[in-house]
Amino acid sequence: MKLRLSAEDVAFREEMREFFTTQIPQHIRDTVAARRELSKEQFVESMQIMNAAGLAVPNWPVKWGGKDWTPLQRHIWHEEMQLANVPPPLAFNAGMIGPVLAAFASQEMKERFLPATANLDIWWSQGFSEPDAGSDLAGLKTKAVLEGDEWIVNGQKTWTTLGQYGDWIFTLVRTDPDVKKQAGISMLLIDMRSEGLTVRPIELIDGSREVNEVFFDNVRVPAENLVGEVNKGWDYAKFLLGNERIGVAPVGGIKRNLAAAKKVALSAGPGGSSLFDDPVFAARVVELENEVLALELTAMRVVANSADGKPHPASSVMKLRGSQLQQDVSELFVDIAGPSVIASGAGADSDIEDWAQVSAPVYMNLRKASIYGGSNEVQRQIIAGGILGLRG
Amino acid sequence: MDFVYDAEQEALKAAMAAVLGKAYDSSETRRAVTQVDPGWSEGTWQQLAETGALGLPFAEADGGFGAGPVEVAIVAEEIGRVIAPEPYVETVVLAGSLVQALGSDEQRARILGGIAEGTLVPAVAHAETGARYGLQPTAVTAAGSGDSWTLSGTKEPVITGERADLLIVTAALPSGGTGVFVVEPDATGLTRMGYRTADGGRAAKVTFADTPATPLGSAGSDASDAVALAVAKAQVAYCHEALGAMETALHTTVEYLKTRKQFGVPLMTFQALTFRAADMYMQLELARSIVMWATLVLADSEDARFQIEAAQRAKLKISTASRLVSQEAVQMHGGIGVTAEYSIAHYMARLTVIDHLLGDGAHQLGALAASVDDHAELDPFGE
Repeated sequence: MKLRLSAEDVAFREEMREFFTTQIPQHIRDTVAARRELSKEQFVESMQIMNAAGLAVPNWPVKWGGKDWTPLQRHIWHEEMQLANVPPPLAFNAGMIGPVLAAFASQEMKERFLPATANLDIWWSQGFSEPDAGSDLAGLKTKAVLEGDEWIVNGQKTWTTLGQYGDWIFTLVRTDPDVKKQAGISMLLIDMRSEGLTVRPIELIDGSREVNEVFFDNVRVPAENLVGEVNKGWDYAKFLLGNERIGVAPVGGIKRNLAAAKKVALSAGPGGSSLFDDPVFAARVVELENEVLALELTAMRVVANSADGKPHPASSVMKLRGSQLQQDVSELFVDIAGPSVIASGAGADSDIEDWAQVSAPVYMNLRKASIYGGSNEVQRQIIAGGILGLRG
Repeated sequence: MDFVYDAEQEALKAAMAAVLGKAYDSSETRRAVTQVDPGWSEGTWQQLAETGALGLPFAEADGGFGAGPVEVAIVAEEIGRVIAPEPYVETVVLAGSLVQALGSDEQRARILGGIAEGTLVPAVAHAETGARYGLQPTAVTAAGSGDSWTLSGTKEPVITGERADLLIVTAALPSGGTGVFVVEPDATGLTRMGYRTADGGRAAKVTFADTPATPLGSAGSDASDAVALAVAKAQVAYCHEALGAMETALHTTVEYLKTRKQFGVPLMTFQALTFRAADMYMQLELARSIVMWATLVLADSEDARFQIEAAQRAKLKISTASRLVSQEAVQMHGGIGVTAEYSIAHYMARLTVIDHLLGDGAHQLGALAASVDDHAELDPFGE
């Protein structure tokens, strides 16, 4: 047991800090710091700079641009990125479909997609959830029928985040309706410009256009776009969701936002006084800060103990607790803003500061954090069943 | 940062688990031991001495083994796992740290050597009724000069104060500040009234009436810093004891949910229960992370302020986590959970007491709130 990072890891941290704070354009980092939405161009620019430096997809196999880092180094990379207000590489590309293709796709498919995926030349969308298949994902109904050398796809996907920017969508489709529901699913890559595919944005509570519905009406997909083997899609999806859940807690982002909230609280009291003069407020921040510290230390414990490739059991708490604390910090912002919270549309000419203007939209938007990627109820099910052995 | 035990530490953990698991193989054994004074087993204490557990943190020159906070944590956690009633933290960590920090060569050899051998059980008389968790004694005052001192006033509750072979007493010095004194068990004007505590242990009301006392180390100088650091070390050790206890409480509850049947099915059929067990697990793991970190800070940092803050943070988290775990453990057991005949209520009792020893969660929150606005982000490395 030891407290300090090794000299090697300290040097690595410095290297990451230097890169993220000097190489990613300020306008991108300012947008993240202001908790505003990033444009497509900003996402692409940031990820391409990272990819050019070999830092976009460290979690991939080395052969496809990954890094032979220790789990701790990967953690440091992720933390420094967030602390520097750098948007993480697009999750659909770097965290989801990339690793799946690297693990299960044919050589030909890897060569066709992986380099473009790492460089965000292709913007991937995720086509998993359906109106009647949320937490019960295996109940999905969108079907694909093979006709000659083409799959004919019909059905509907939903909650497709940033689908309005998507070039391609990786989907789970039902290819065998006559077997146990998990056994009849395949993974299909679909060009979003295909005929019969339409994207309809869903307006969220904060006014953003972040998620979409995607409709498939006799969309014809070349047979070669099937990932791996037919009817093995559920295995690939579990692999993908497992990657998504492990270490997804954006600890650095939570810390950075909590620090930002504390800063504005110093003068958000009556007449510009400090809210910390109120002992109830001060106690709330102490408690929150301590919980974030516990999460951060758990993340370090988990990465330090995952060296043999098997995730530490405690990693299962990261998504659950991380999403809660992300939400708690956004709730703190709302409460610091106080009456200014209603002014979400006030704009630059208002006396109400930007952080206060965005506080309510961000707070409401972040309710998603405990719903996506396996809702917190799913996470509790995983802990109860998988770790504690409590199987109903 | 590295949270993994080395081979020697793993061996220590296994040895402790063996000794304590045998000594307290059921809650009935513990119940029987705590029925009679001094509320713990002299035999088990001797066994702990034989394994070296009682001398771990002391220097070899003082009769110890030169180990550190990590080894102490390992022992405390195994104590907590079976809620062994032996006063390990009070004697080895709290009394031991004070004597280590302040004692003369002679005092260290006698007291630390005696603790390590299991032949001397000192109690720290620090708490004062009405003082809540304050570190500055006011009810017991010291008078005198040089080597000739007397103490007057009352300390309560003093854990294992009646059985103790020696009292280590904090007192207000005439010149201001805190002095630490050694009082022999047969000193004149010393009275000790022992009683049972909420967790089956023993504490005492200890009264001094012009009682002769020897300064621990050099006389008359303010020992507040040493007291604060000894308290921090004991807080972290208590946190490890709580982790061990919480782990058993969770495990016991999980087993109960698997085996207890109602409505013709095991309780684990009900998601309303299993989800709460998942939250107990989450709280335990979060608490474990911050408590292990606090131990690493004690072991690695030389900044006393950072060490004290780390202990406060660990104690704060243990407070919220142990309340959730113990309350839910009892609730999910149903009626049997509140009986003395089954184990789980004893775990709640011990966790409740630990929470309130050396400052509960609300107290730590208040202490930490004083400096919450002097930093932007918390740095776990203390840089």
